[in-house]
Amino acid sequence: MTYKSGTDQLPIPPKDAKVQNVTCDFCIVGCGYKAISWPVDRQGGPKPDENAFGEDLTQQQGAESAAWYNPSMYNVVRQDGKLVHLIIRPDKECEVNAGLNSVRGGRMGETRYSDQTGTMTARLGQPMVWRYSQMMPTSWDDSLSLVADVTRRVIEEMGEDGVIVSAFDHGGAAGGYENTWGTGKLYFDALKIKNIRIHNRPAYNSEVHASRDMGVGELNNSYEDAELADTIFVVGANPLENQTNYFLAHWVPNLRGETLDKKKQMLASEPHAAAKVIIVDPRRTVSVNACETVAGKDNVLHLAINPGTDLVLLNALLTEVVNKGWQAKNFITQHTSGFDEAVKANRISVEDAAAVTGLRSEDIRKAAQWIAEPKAGGTPRRTMLAYEKGLIWGNDNYRSNAAMVNLALATWNVGREGTGCVRLGGHQEGYVRPSDAHVGRPAAYVDQLLISGQGGIHHNWATDHFKSTLNAEEFRRVYRRRTNLVKEAMDSVPYGDREAQLEQIVAAVKRGGLFSVNVDILPTQMGEAAHVWLPAATAGEMNLTSMNGERRLRLTERYMDPPGAALPDALIAARMANALEASFRRVGNETYANKFKGKFDWKTEEDAFMDGYNQHAEGGKFVTYERLRAMGTNGVQEPVVGFENGKLIGTKRLYADAKFKTDDGRAKFMKTEWRGLQVAGRDQQKEKYAFLINNGRNNLIWQNAFYDVHTPFVRERNPVAPIEMNPGDMEKLGLKAGDLVEVYNDVGSTQAMVYPTPSAKPGQAFMLFIAPTGQVGNVISKGTNEFMIPNYKNVWANIRRIGHVPSADAMSFKSIEYPKGL
Amino acid sequence: PTPARAAVPAARVDYPANRLANIKDLKVNEPMQVNYPDIDSPGVLIKLGAPVDGGAGPDRDIVAYSTMCPHKGYPLSYNAADKTLNCPGHFSRFDCEKEGQQVWGHATQNLPMFRLTVDGAGDIHAVGVDELIYGRTRNVLNEDAVSLRRG
Repeated sequence: MTYKSGTDQLPIPPKDAKVQNVTCDFCIVGCGYKAISWPVDRQGGPKPDENAFGEDLTQQQGAESAAWYNPSMYNVVRQDGKLVHLIIRPDKECEVNAGLNSVRGGRMGETRYSDQTGTMTARLGQPMVWRYSQMMPTSWDDSLSLVADVTRRVIEEMGEDGVIVSAFDHGGAAGGYENTWGTGKLYFDALKIKNIRIHNRPAYNSEVHASRDMGVGELNNSYEDAELADTIFVVGANPLENQTNYFLAHWVPNLRGETLDKKKQMLASEPHAAAKVIIVDPRRTVSVNACETVAGKDNVLHLAINPGTDLVLLNALLTEVVNKGWQAKNFITQHTSGFDEAVKANRISVEDAAAVTGLRSEDIRKAAQWIAEPKAGGTPRRTMLAYEKGLIWGNDNYRSNAAMVNLALATWNVGREGTGCVRLGGHQEGYVRPSDAHVGRPAAYVDQLLISGQGGIHHNWATDHFKSTLNAEEFRRVYRRRTNLVKEAMDSVPYGDREAQLEQIVAAVKRGGLFSVNVDILPTQMGEAAHVWLPAATAGEMNLTSMNGERRLRLTERYMDPPGAALPDALIAARMANALEASFRRVGNETYANKFKGKFDWKTEEDAFMDGYNQHAEGGKFVTYERLRAMGTNGVQEPVVGFENGKLIGTKRLYADAKFKTDDGRAKFMKTEWRGLQVAGRDQQKEKYAFLINNGRNNLIWQNAFYDVHTPFVRERNPVAPIEMNPGDMEKLGLKAGDLVEVYNDVGSTQAMVYPTPSAKPGQAFMLFIAPTGQVGNVISKGTNEFMIPNYKNVWANIRRIGHVPSADAMSFKSIEYPKGL
Repeated sequence: PTPARAAVPAARVDYPANRLANIKDLKVNEPMQVNYPDIDSPGVLIKLGAPVDGGAGPDRDIVAYSTMCPHKGYPLSYNAADKTLNCPGHFSRFDCEKEGQQVWGHATQNLPMFRLTVDGAGDIHAVGVDELIYGRTRNVLNEDAVSLRRG
């Protein structure tokens, strides 16, 4: 039976309801929302003068109404201890989304913690520790003093390299400038932790080292550029599902020709047309389908490339552009270095590239033309180049990333209106931390350290390796074994005897054990192995700042209370630091204790913001909560350069002056020679197994489904995470829609639910990434590039039937593509 | 005199019972435009040709749905080839054979289905709605204007 909420009316906010700024918790796009709240025992009415919208709610509202909210946007929560109604609805005034909500952000209301409506009651509300052979509730003081004492003992025995840290470094919920600064100050200033990794990969590194090394920051344009571009060239990304409202509110209007007036007005001296789009992806996605629907097939070039060969295509495009003389000669001479060497080293003919990439020569030529051929009258074409995980987590990250930037620089598609060479992004950003230089490059491969028995304590901030790492089966097996050693040791003496506990824990660590501390908002799979859970608050339960994919900085205001005793991560980090100081002082180690002294006296998240962002971000000195609040859901684009007439002044796009982030200000071209599938063993895997196991996200699910597993509307569509398969392949294997299959190879095995996908190529399957009910990481080998960037994408495996998913019978398995000719 | 008693307001909306059509008016897989619970709420009535969950009539194959997309209110179009309702605004799709389940899209709810009864004479009545209709805070906007039923 299809899930229905059973709701046929909603409370109406009164005229004087409280209205606060919200930026969506979830993806990089950072859509603007408003939180509307009012006391639980009051209500507004349907007449315009009776409600917060000033709308006549006795009438049917039209399309894109700013006043409509639905059951998913509504909840009853606590605010400063009192019950309130809460609506979180998209903001029509926000330039990012213009009132649109994605299926993820539109559910912020129902993903709030509420004892009244029962949503997210799984949230962690009190610290828990392992004692009496189970997780038991306890106080902040007790849990943090245990964490501090064990951390101290590990440092005494093994030095700071014995402390292994996994921590988010992003913006949005479970991140933000406050919290990355809090954890950053603890681990990089007070301590100097080297063995640290990020939420979605096994080391502390950039996913776009190459772009940065070339002097081109990876978020360098404005979303408006997608409205002004002549061509959008996108590699390894699926923006309709992953950057939904960026695509819908900024790409689609340009593809439909609806931004022509704007183009003519802003860029008057050149000819304009509706945009063309080139999408490089082995898989036909709904983004391709939507582009064809709005732009017509003739304006869409889908390059269904052989997996892992993007680099060859990018080098061939550079070669072709230069052969045609379409490069931006003056720009190259005046503002770049290394062009001739790169062109020479990367040279590959269109025909040779066609053979490797599986593309048609004429399509590669057409792509070069769409990217770089000057417009009528000789004005340079404006092409926006965009990429994401297909390239970042595909084959040979560093060189592929560099090859993309080479193409953008050769055609001067950075720093001008309608251009940009940008990653599309996953989370929002929110990174301000003390220097991480001591981590080094390449950074430590943390998951391999844990597997090989190193480290004595693991501090884990809102990451779940069990779902999200590569080589995941082995990781889970070892992590459970190591943490169990400590659990058994702890059970051998009473919890209240701290000294005896510490003795047992340290002895177990010396036998290969690991003490695990988990800071999170919800129970996680890896958290089941932990010894301490510390409950965190999320965005809206605290004030939280982040920036989106066009560097737009905003403040999400605190509109409700966190569950129980949960705290913002920044304040947990501060308390942990203060507990560490106390622990070292108690044993007379004043030198160590003084590393923490006076650094963590924050009382609120705003204190952490002022200590971190305000003092350390570029332009941060202009920014305060009060000023940001006044900037509403539109905020200001970083870097902030001033404050005038009550407004923060930002930067619309980077490199408009063609001065790049290198010592001499010239952007650097790079040599990016092709070297095949870079991770050892993948070529052999490709020969041995029948299916490419491509993987990525889908529209409905945010990240590892930490909220979505608790949401019936989503769970119904994903009782087990889907695997998209070609119907012909299904027939050969005797598979039906909704069958449960095992995916297995030389690395491991996992499971998924078959979703017939007529557009899937034979021999190419696609799994949901980091799903709780079947981790693709189990079949991904541990190989990375030279900077520890994993190749999650190019994996081959076999598929066999193991049963049928019972609840699949209630599901629709129809095509996800918008029908042709409607 | 009988003491005055205050009316107790209902916790849920009362719906009208509106005749939409007679079975004889329907052709298999050809949607008929209808409106329910009032003229401002467009929908479709479809005889699918095979029984489905929530289907009404002797063959359990008659269904009716709101055709305002529960994402942003654009009018949905019926695709007879795969029996789905589709939004031209942002490409959302709803399965008419699965009680309006969103196959893919941006709506945070499944498509409102109009609950149907079919009487002995083949008259099809809409008698309720199982989800909030787009653009309304209350499925029945003006309860004075229609004759409502309870139950």
